[in-house]
Amino acid sequence: MRHQDAPTDRHEQPAQPADGGVRILIVGATSAIAQATARLLAADGATLFLAGRDATHLGQIADDLTTRGAARVGTMALDLDHTMRHGELLDTATAHMEGLDVVLVAHGTLPDQAASQADWEVARQALETNFLNIAALLTLVANRLEAGRHGTLCVIGSVAGDRGRRSNYVYGTAKGALAIFLQGLRNRLHPAGVRVVTIKPGFVDTPMTATFTKGPLWATPERVARGIHKALEKRGPEVVYLPGFWRVVMLVIRLIPEPLFKRLRL
Amino acid sequence: MAAGYTCWGRLPIAAGEPLRLRWRDAALPDEGTLLAHGNGRSYGDSCLNPGGVLLDTRGLDRFTRFDRERGILRAEAGVLLADMLRLTVPAGWFLPVTPGTRFITLGGAIANDVHGKNHHVAGTFGRHVRALELRRSTGERLTCSPDQNPDWFAATIGGLGLTGLITWAEIALKPIPSAYVAVETARFGGVDQFIALNDASEPSHEYTVAWVDCLARGRNLGRGVFMGGNHARHMARTAAPPLGDPALRVPFDAPAWLLGRATLSAFNGLYYRRARAGTRVQHLGPFFYPLDGIGQWNRLYGRRGFYQYQCVVPRADGGAALKELLGIVAASGQGSFLAVLKGFGGLPSPGLLSFPRPGYTLALDFPNRGRSTLALFERLDRVVEAAGGALYPAKDARMTAAGFARYHPRLETFVRFVDPRFSSAFWRRVRPEES
Ligand SMILES: Cc1cc2nc3c(=O)[nH]c(=O)nc-3n(C[C@H](O)[C@H](O)[C@H](O)COP(=O)(O)OP(=O)(O)OC[C@H]3O[C@@H](n4cnc5c(N)ncnc54)[C@H](O)[C@@H]3O)c2cc1C
Ligand SMILES: NC(=O)c1ccc[n+]([C@@H]2O[C@H](COP(=O)([O-])OP(=O)(O)OC[C@H]3O[C@@H](n4cnc5c(N)ncnc54)[C@H](OP(=O)(O)O)[C@@H]3O)[C@@H](O)[C@H]2O)c1
Repeated sequence: MRHQDAPTDRHEQPAQPADGGVRILIVGATSAIAQATARLLAADGATLFLAGRDATHLGQIADDLTTRGAARVGTMALDLDHTMRHGELLDTATAHMEGLDVVLVAHGTLPDQAASQADWEVARQALETNFLNIAALLTLVANRLEAGRHGTLCVIGSVAGDRGRRSNYVYGTAKGALAIFLQGLRNRLHPAGVRVVTIKPGFVDTPMTATFTKGPLWATPERVARGIHKALEKRGPEVVYLPGFWRVVMLVIRLIPEPLFKRLRL
Repeated sequence: MAAGYTCWGRLPIAAGEPLRLRWRDAALPDEGTLLAHGNGRSYGDSCLNPGGVLLDTRGLDRFTRFDRERGILRAEAGVLLADMLRLTVPAGWFLPVTPGTRFITLGGAIANDVHGKNHHVAGTFGRHVRALELRRSTGERLTCSPDQNPDWFAATIGGLGLTGLITWAEIALKPIPSAYVAVETARFGGVDQFIALNDASEPSHEYTVAWVDCLARGRNLGRGVFMGGNHARHMARTAAPPLGDPALRVPFDAPAWLLGRATLSAFNGLYYRRARAGTRVQHLGPFFYPLDGIGQWNRLYGRRGFYQYQCVVPRADGGAALKELLGIVAASGQGSFLAVLKGFGGLPSPGLLSFPRPGYTLALDFPNRGRSTLALFERLDRVVEAAGGALYPAKDARMTAAGFARYHPRLETFVRFVDPRFSSAFWRRVRPEES
């Protein structure tokens, strides 16, 4: 069994800096959920590295997080669809923070379902951004964390990935594939002591859902962030529904037999 | 229209089509009039834009820089004073000027050039603004300060949101020895005693304010409780829990009987009688923000909402106008909870339209009873005008265009700085020729 090697490898773990707290790379750092989470991490005195598309916005977030108590904040502007830059991102972030303890992946797009039915190009782009390109990044991250035998990988999926529905199955497919990919990684990385956390938010009031009519099931990004923060902190469950009631809701939805489910307008 | 965008008085005024801004460079719509909306703590229509677009600035809630040595804070305009306090109080810095609620935005504090209990020594909020950025609908971005674009700075301080969108601002904080205030309390039997107490306390007390029982009549007319405070030494600088979120919330619109005359008289009388003369040490939270402990207390006034009437009258008449105002209110029986009475000092504001000016300011809440409430306000207006006083736009939903012009001698200068696309319900009411 591989884990017999563990004791000899342990001294190779990157030592956590005494002053700079946990070293966290946030991918898709301009997302509302990511920003709210980063504020909680900053208040803990974490060292942060932010990746996203808009350099100006990243700079504004970095200033905010520094003011709120982050030990140090670095940024890099890139389109995550450019997979050939993922290696550079990991190198830069690791060098800037002098190590890497946590990677939080938050970026995503919500494609218009009607448009992705009418035009495969729209669907393909959504599958790339929400699954393929994240899988590419996770492959690099997983190999590094596994080699270091240390770290946490936390990725925002969605309840939409739990069952295919007419209203958003393209997005749901990407999120569902992502969940299975993470499940596999969790299984693979467990012997190396690397945690893999899948976050499954329900409806969250963010720019992604700006045009939706909000109801009582909707959560604020701050509430979801508190759940992510807790999931990162504790050695608790690794598949986390946020808010927690979605675990029950999705259980019920998954239990509906397909012959019945296919008749529902969901 | 999305529920949730109202003014604090919850009067039946449409808000406008909300647009949530997340970034300082967010695109502004090409069509319709625009108005920034902070946290909706203005009582009337100055924060609403029916028929136009309401730019919700609460998503502009990032800090930019906090210099802990010099006490200088720069932040986006949608940051709440409450968030600023959580950051600065543990580091030994307080707001140079704070209104009676910490749930307002930095942009709202500037646009109404708010005042606090220390107006006699610190002036208005605008005096402590070091710089701000103004985004015009033309796409122009102006950095404004007392030295840079000073005319735009003067128009934007107290500019009622009409000069454009404030994206960020930098303010100078004040050092405090602790998070506590030493408060001296004394009762007064009427306006003359209030003036004597207030004028004697101003040189020795940084913060002064009084609560008046606006339902008491006859012999008791103008009775109240005076408080003078100074930052306390030798205490801790903790920010929490007294500066956290409200612990209680009013969950629904209250029924009409709750604010009936009998209940209110009993409440006000009890408050007056329970006040004990003496000194005690109190945390900043309950001293500066007595009402912030109860979320959505404005729902106590029921579905029809309420008005606040806040005026300032000069000191020269020795309190004659104050007595007359309180007499009219008491006789009407329409007043509700304790009214606030406070002295304004002579420190000038940089703002062209700023409300505070030397005198005594009186603020009272009135449940909305329609015509009879408005008729009462007209009687009060006549007293304020005869005394050469003014009304506060942040609290107003009904002042006349003529009154507005009279209260603001520099109005014609201000008008030149109004953004052609920005407007509000208030502005269209007091300046109909502009729309
Ligand atoms: C309980 C309570 C106590 C209060 N006590 C006091 C007091 O002691 N002293 C005092 O002076 N006031 C007091 N007020 C009034 C309050 O401080 C002001 O109305 C304040 O302006 C509200 O700020 P807001 O962020 O809620 O802004 P809103 O009420 O939403 O808007 C106020 C004005 O600011 C403009 N504005 C907001 N953000 C921007 C921006 N980014 N750019 C340009 N314009 C902008 C709006 O267009 C509007 O004209 C009190 C209010 C309450 C509810
Ligand atoms: N909101 C919900 O109801 C909900 C529910 C379940 C799951 N989620 C998931 O939560 C995560 C965060 O979303 P959010 O709700 O916080 O929405 P959001 O604020 O709109 O965030 C989405 C972010 O993804 C970024 N992004 C998209 N494509 C990118 C690319 N190719 N390269 C770099 N960045 C890219 C966007 O960057 P720009 O700012 O540059 O556009 C944006 O910041 C997403 O994975 C989303 O699927 C959301």
